[in-house]
Amino acid sequence: MSTDNSSTEKSVWRRAFEWHEARLPLVSFIDNAVGTKYPAPRNLNYFWNFGFLAGFVLVLMIMTGVVLAMNYIPHKDMAFDSVERIMRDVNYGWLIRYMHANGASFFFIVVYIHIFRGLYYGSYKAPREVLWWIGIIIYLVMMATAFMGYVLPWGQMSFWGATVITNLFSAIPLIGEPIVTFLWGGFSVDNPTLNRFFALHYLLPFVIFALVFLHVWALHIPGSNNPLGIEVGPADKIPFHPYYTIKDVFGIGVFLLVYFAVVFWGPNMLGDPLNYVVANPLVTPPHIVPEWYYLPFYAILRAIPDKLLGVIAMFGSILVLFVVPWLDTSRVRSANFRPVYRVFFWLFIINGMVLGWCGSQLPEGLPLIVGRICTLYYFLFFFVLMPVIGWMETPKPLPASIGSPALKAAE
Amino acid sequence: MKKIILAAAATLALASFTASVFAAEEVHIPKEQWSFNGTFGKFDRLQLQRGLQVYKEICASCHSLKYVAFRNLAALGYNEAQIKAFAAEYEYPDIDDEGSDTKRKGLPSDYFPNPYPNEKFARASSNGALPPDLSLISKAREGGPDYLFHLITGYEDPPAGMTVMDGMSYNKYFSSGNFQIAMVKQIEDDKVTYADGTKATTDQIARDVTAFLHWAAEPMLEARHSTGLRVMLYMIVFTLLAYFLKRRIWARLDK
Amino acid sequence: MANTATAHSVASGTADGETRRDFLLHSTVAFGTVGTALAVWPLISSMNPAADTLALSTTEFSLANLQEGQAIIVVWQGKPVFVRYRTPAEIESARNAPMSDLVDPIKDEERVKKDKEKYLILVGVCTHLGCIPLGTKPMDPRGDFGGWLCPCHGSHYDTAGRIRKGPAPKNLAVPPYQYLDDTTVRIG
Repeated sequence: MSTDNSSTEKSVWRRAFEWHEARLPLVSFIDNAVGTKYPAPRNLNYFWNFGFLAGFVLVLMIMTGVVLAMNYIPHKDMAFDSVERIMRDVNYGWLIRYMHANGASFFFIVVYIHIFRGLYYGSYKAPREVLWWIGIIIYLVMMATAFMGYVLPWGQMSFWGATVITNLFSAIPLIGEPIVTFLWGGFSVDNPTLNRFFALHYLLPFVIFALVFLHVWALHIPGSNNPLGIEVGPADKIPFHPYYTIKDVFGIGVFLLVYFAVVFWGPNMLGDPLNYVVANPLVTPPHIVPEWYYLPFYAILRAIPDKLLGVIAMFGSILVLFVVPWLDTSRVRSANFRPVYRVFFWLFIINGMVLGWCGSQLPEGLPLIVGRICTLYYFLFFFVLMPVIGWMETPKPLPASIGSPALKAAE
Repeated sequence: MKKIILAAAATLALASFTASVFAAEEVHIPKEQWSFNGTFGKFDRLQLQRGLQVYKEICASCHSLKYVAFRNLAALGYNEAQIKAFAAEYEYPDIDDEGSDTKRKGLPSDYFPNPYPNEKFARASSNGALPPDLSLISKAREGGPDYLFHLITGYEDPPAGMTVMDGMSYNKYFSSGNFQIAMVKQIEDDKVTYADGTKATTDQIARDVTAFLHWAAEPMLEARHSTGLRVMLYMIVFTLLAYFLKRRIWARLDK
Repeated sequence: MANTATAHSVASGTADGETRRDFLLHSTVAFGTVGTALAVWPLISSMNPAADTLALSTTEFSLANLQEGQAIIVVWQGKPVFVRYRTPAEIESARNAPMSDLVDPIKDEERVKKDKEKYLILVGVCTHLGCIPLGTKPMDPRGDFGGWLCPCHGSHYDTAGRIRKGPAPKNLAVPPYQYLDDTTVRIG
């Protein structure tokens, strides 16, 4: 503004800005990370919105969470009441809590789509393995954070979910029982457990925040992957700002439309009614189900009749993601060019949803059988189909650049 | 644009999939019409007042309502004097200036009292069952208000061959307790005489008290709906602006 | 979030397209900024007193058992309220204090309700840095002016609760209160 009039002489604001940038280049840092200095492939589709969106939801969760913590009491006799007080008496408390509770679900929806995109377009392949690893670590920490957060309202599902999940560790031979006692800080899920879960639930989001920095850093070394999965030259790159910033802002708008529809008209749709009953250590609900985002893994746990093997399979089903960059032997990244793999990949996605359904049902009869078949396919996909299809398949010809004619055919 | 729809559809599919997972039901609970349902849903003040009367005259002898304070009744359309008078009908333990136990009259800031001094007493007087607190009951049961309405009107003779335990009643909606409920049938025609002259049929009484209990569980419902409408209106305009700006900025690449 | 899309986006393009986009850009940024500000309001508002706290913002108490020369402390909104049944000598000393001696001049008559001059009702928080002045209990020191003495930094208050000596800048505050009947007072 004032710079226009005095082109020869820098304005005082400009000089103050440069003085500060010379000492701490904060604006340059942001400009390099998500600004005009970050060249991104020009063909990124809307699946690429979900990384930025996940960061946005993280901030949303931290902001609402901090305010909730100001009114929440991490004590077994007061936790449930304090949550009800937030809902009834605290100004906008109902809005903040519903945003936080549903925000957790939407965080997982966003992150699952983000992971889906990484898997489909081969974003885990060299040279992005470390970027992929950090992503998995973020996902694991997210699961722990969400689990502990769900315990805080101290409802029946909170309590029994905590009991069942912490008991998973009792499957470890010899030291299992002492570990569970250590996790609880007592002989059952009780006040010490609630207290530490609150402390950790408050801490871990900031750990995630730090991991997100590493994730973005690791992204900037090779740069973004793209739907074609090919290396992109400078001619086919555009500055992140304004192109992808405005696209991400639009994406946030669409996301919030869906999110707020649930927050305002179906805030308890994704929750379990039993969590509106205060925890009772003497009465187990007939049907304990975890939150929906854990259901596929819960189904894998129950598909295997042996306790220890079930726990190993469940953790293994996530940890296998760490070696996916080497299990996938194809030299082509994007599944768009892999006609055979693509079929089995989509089958894997449907398989995951069916596993989710199995996890929500009582482990008997049809759901149990289906759960076992799906568990088998889950591991078969990673350990057999991924490497074998990579070797055998003949991928479609890759275009030399984004602009070349092969592009239209692939899309 | 096709891709946006695809991405949105994927999100919705995932959400509705998980929602349908939880909708699994053992007994079919018919859906009822409620004034508070829908995008613009509101409570019917007079219905809530009648429901409060039903709670007071029928439910309150066994069920507490511990998260509802008398001051909250302003939302039912009562004024300050009426609420004060209402609260003063109840007594609360207090300590006098000499340190002895005494009673004081209820204040608007007090909460509905528990009809029982402790849980053991409650069980002893209720055939071993503990009458649940009702302040969250509408959100704490699968099916919500529809379930409550059908439960309290769902008493009938047990099917042939079923023996109902002593002191229990058959209820076709009480699937969680093998259709045997410790609460005996409470609602009958003309069990209450409505102050506003409404005819007190079984159906009417059940509907009114269910609406009241839904208000007790979710008193912020109206604020939620009205805030939601404003937020959605804003979001639609903002998203459209962002969309057109995005198109305009990206159009530069085609030049 | 919208402000990430702000300002110096790109300075190219034709003049016509540019003005239209500028308008679109500015309205999107303005709309987004206003929305973000509005969205932050519930978070800030949640830190204000909640409904249950506000419901307890008034206190009622009885003066029936208070004897002449005695004082009691009543809790109102988590703060002590001094209630003193003043002796005629105390009232007289308060009324005879010359206005020129006062740091925060005000007449004793304006500190009490008409016809209830013997009852002095004050928020018992020192106006210096928020300590509770001594002078309510019979054994307490009452300072040089027979009222209250703040132990923290030595502020002396007189029998009308006015600051007479020491670092406090203002008189002890008179809370909003009313007589519901002859001996029942509601504060707040």
